Amino acid sequence: MKQLTALQQQGRRSNSFRNLSESSADAVIKSPATIFWLLLHGLCCLISLVLGFRFSRLVFFLLVSGASTPSTNTALYSSIRTKSPSSSPERNVSSASRVMAGRHGILIRPWPHPDPAEVMKAHRIINRVQMEQRSQFGIKNPKTLIAVTPTYVRTFQTLHLIGVMHSLMNVPYDLVWIVVEAGGPTNETASLIAKSGLKTVHIGFEGSMPVSWEDRHRFESRMRVHALRMVREKRLDGIVVFLDDSNMHSLEFFDEVQNTNWIGAVSVGILAHSGGFEEVESSKIHGEDNAKYDKRSQVPVQGPACNSSSHFVGWHTLNSEPFVERSAKYVGDRGFVLPRKLEWAGFALNSRLVWAEGGADKPSWAKEWDGFGDDMETPLSLLKDTTVVEPLGSCGQRVLVWWLRVEARADSKFPPRWIIESPLSITVAAKRTPWPDSPPELPSSSSSSSSSSSSSSVKKESVVPDNVDKNPTKTRRKRSSRSSRR
Amino acid sequence: NMGGEMWVVLIIAALFLNCRFSDGISRNSAWTERISGSAGDVLEDNPVGKLRVYVYELPSKYNKKILQKDGRCLTHMFASEIFMHQFLLSSPVRTLNPEEADWFYTPVYTTCDLAPNGLPLPFKSPRMMRSAIQLISTRWPYWNRTEGGDHFFLVPHDFGACFHYQEEKAIQRGILPLLQRATLVQTFGQRNHVCLNQGSITIPPYAPPEKMESHLIPPDTPRSIFVYFRGLFYDENNDPEGGYYARGARASIWENFKNNPLFDISTDRPSTYYEDMQRSIFCLCPLGWAPWSPRLVEAVVFGCIPVIIADEIVLPFADAISWEQIGVFVAEKDVPYLDAILTSVPVEVVLRKQRLLANPSMKQSMLFPQPARPGDAFHQILNGLARKLPHDPKIFLRNDEHVLNWTAGPTSDLKPW
Repeated sequence: MKQLTALQQQGRRSNSFRNLSESSADAVIKSPATIFWLLLHGLCCLISLVLGFRFSRLVFFLLVSGASTPSTNTALYSSIRTKSPSSSPERNVSSASRVMAGRHGILIRPWPHPDPAEVMKAHRIINRVQMEQRSQFGIKNPKTLIAVTPTYVRTFQTLHLIGVMHSLMNVPYDLVWIVVEAGGPTNETASLIAKSGLKTVHIGFEGSMPVSWEDRHRFESRMRVHALRMVREKRLDGIVVFLDDSNMHSLEFFDEVQNTNWIGAVSVGILAHSGGFEEVESSKIHGEDNAKYDKRSQVPVQGPACNSSSHFVGWHTLNSEPFVERSAKYVGDRGFVLPRKLEWAGFALNSRLVWAEGGADKPSWAKEWDGFGDDMETPLSLLKDTTVVEPLGSCGQRVLVWWLRVEARADSKFPPRWIIESPLSITVAAKRTPWPDSPPELPSSSSSSSSSSSSSSVKKESVVPDNVDKNPTKTRRKRSSRSSRR
Repeated sequence: NMGGEMWVVLIIAALFLNCRFSDGISRNSAWTERISGSAGDVLEDNPVGKLRVYVYELPSKYNKKILQKDGRCLTHMFASEIFMHQFLLSSPVRTLNPEEADWFYTPVYTTCDLAPNGLPLPFKSPRMMRSAIQLISTRWPYWNRTEGGDHFFLVPHDFGACFHYQEEKAIQRGILPLLQRATLVQTFGQRNHVCLNQGSITIPPYAPPEKMESHLIPPDTPRSIFVYFRGLFYDENNDPEGGYYARGARASIWENFKNNPLFDISTDRPSTYYEDMQRSIFCLCPLGWAPWSPRLVEAVVFGCIPVIIADEIVLPFADAISWEQIGVFVAEKDVPYLDAILTSVPVEVVLRKQRLLANPSMKQSMLFPQPARPGDAFHQILNGLARKLPHDPKIFLRNDEHVLNWTAGPTSDLKPW
């Protein structure tokens, strides 16, 4: 009795023997028939344990179904791999229903693996659904973005420009990319930006990029004004953003600037403390710094500041005074590069601000273009009244752009378009016999090392500390000398 | 002159009514859609004033005492029987005067006898139901008037009033003979099946609304999963060889698509189950031991297009909701080609289905919220009952007429409860 109820509770679905047990569930059963069935059930359980499937079912089916066709048997034995549903001997439904209760085969198609054409179609559906989601819940009526990037040919140009390019390629809005090149448009830059597939405008600007950072900042501002002049002449419509080629922009930046009305400002993270901050820190501990230096206010961010009622009240800039002595003066110096008080990168303008008369209703606080000359330190010079700036990114709380200046020395060389044209000179011969004992030559700061620096692109350039013994007589194991090639 | 004016007024009125009731798809806002016309508008009908329901006062051993024994009855997928009772007790459609009632409700919780693992045991349910009916037939005259023709019962178990979890057994038993004339409100629905009477109302299984609503994610989260499913493919305990459970359909899904990156299917249920459904485009709703499952409710609430794999299934409120336009139906024999079927759905159709699912009245109609909200499943049940009015005069029997056989059914059912 207890066993029967235990059986009921363990496995919900029936066992063939439960047909009998249910009807007598309540009565006390001690008849020999029941004991016989119990023993038989126990025996079948043991056999099932050994065989791995429910043997008792099989026996029951074979006993009860008189006209057992081979198909039924094969269905029971190989139910995992059949291609057609089997007929079940327990069919008790009305003939009107096409659906039969009972055991069916598991249908598996001949090649149960993904079909690449189907995968492509599915991805297209996913893309379209996401587009629809963006249009429903994202920005309505997105405006064209006009990105202004000043650049010039130098070692780090490829690295920086590829970064900006890839960011722009991921922007889901219409885009015009104005690349202003110092010294006139070159094929180097043109070949780089051609790979983007974006709508680009490549213009040149007279003059070569200065070597000192001070002069360079000013030169870049003039390049940007030159681009704005082009926006004005061509009456390009949209939102102008200033993407310096070494900066990093998050994709939320491009979504956020869509909310600009006339002139908006985002918070810019200043990554100026590259490699020099620890020096300043240690000097602070020694108490060298002036009293004004307060570590708490050194949040490396430039951007709009709001009061508690989310109104724009002023600017937050980085106090760079403690760092001025240690800052880099020339491009490629060690030490960090300091930004100016407010960088162009944090501003977004409605292009109509620079349009000539006859454009859309320009607000009264917008100055006319003509009186500038080329000296515009920030876009704020376009305004008579700087309080109309719209703070973006939760009122400046979200940093969406990072300002960074990383450059090699002004005279550093690199293979044009990073394609190695002429065959390289051999510095280390590839032979099976042990490598020569002498370590690779240190790259010296003179330009004669340029060929070795380009050929060293084949093997990794390792900075060997000064105290390494360069005595060629010292034997080196094969493994350690090969480690420089890894 | 008077006649002329009358004609003008009549014509204007006719045009107005014509526009009101014309078929067509109306777009409320850009991103939800209603199916207007005979099917869609019905979801927003208000049943108050259209029917009157009398609730029998049964001794608490039929309802409250059972609930007290096991509180899990309020959270499992059969909880609709309990919540419907609570809703009716305080609803404006309730009447305390049985003479004016159109429908009679008997609150008996037949699906609340739970095993230790939480699944309801149906073995005592027939006797319980019989006992309840005996009680109402002796204490009140209204049962004998129609032999249950104007009574309705909630039987949300696997196979409804067949009172068994196993399909063959349920078919053998058939619907409880005493309930043959009553209206059954049940979750089970399959065409040409013994356990679905003509005139039954199919309802969705209970899914906890607060729990689902607490897991909503922002609607601009991109839907990046193509097909999603979490659940068993093989029922190891009861059908280890496979082929019996889900008529082999779930096992077929696993064997064909376990290697397919478009199909995010697995047996383990993560804590982000609801969030994942909101990031999916299609959600599979295959049959299990019974054709229906709470996955359909979850898919509708989370805006994921339900892919219904259950032959001949009758979906909830099928006369009010046009499921063909909302979900995708796949025959069980076509499961091996599910990926081809789903990728061949045109993109505009996918977008349209998503818009229909985004309709809030669609989501409300699948839920049993506490307290009740307009347009929810309780109201849809009442709407369904109201649509069956007025009663066919033939259900009213003369004094000497007896149609039901009180001794029909297995002998174990006849024992008192």
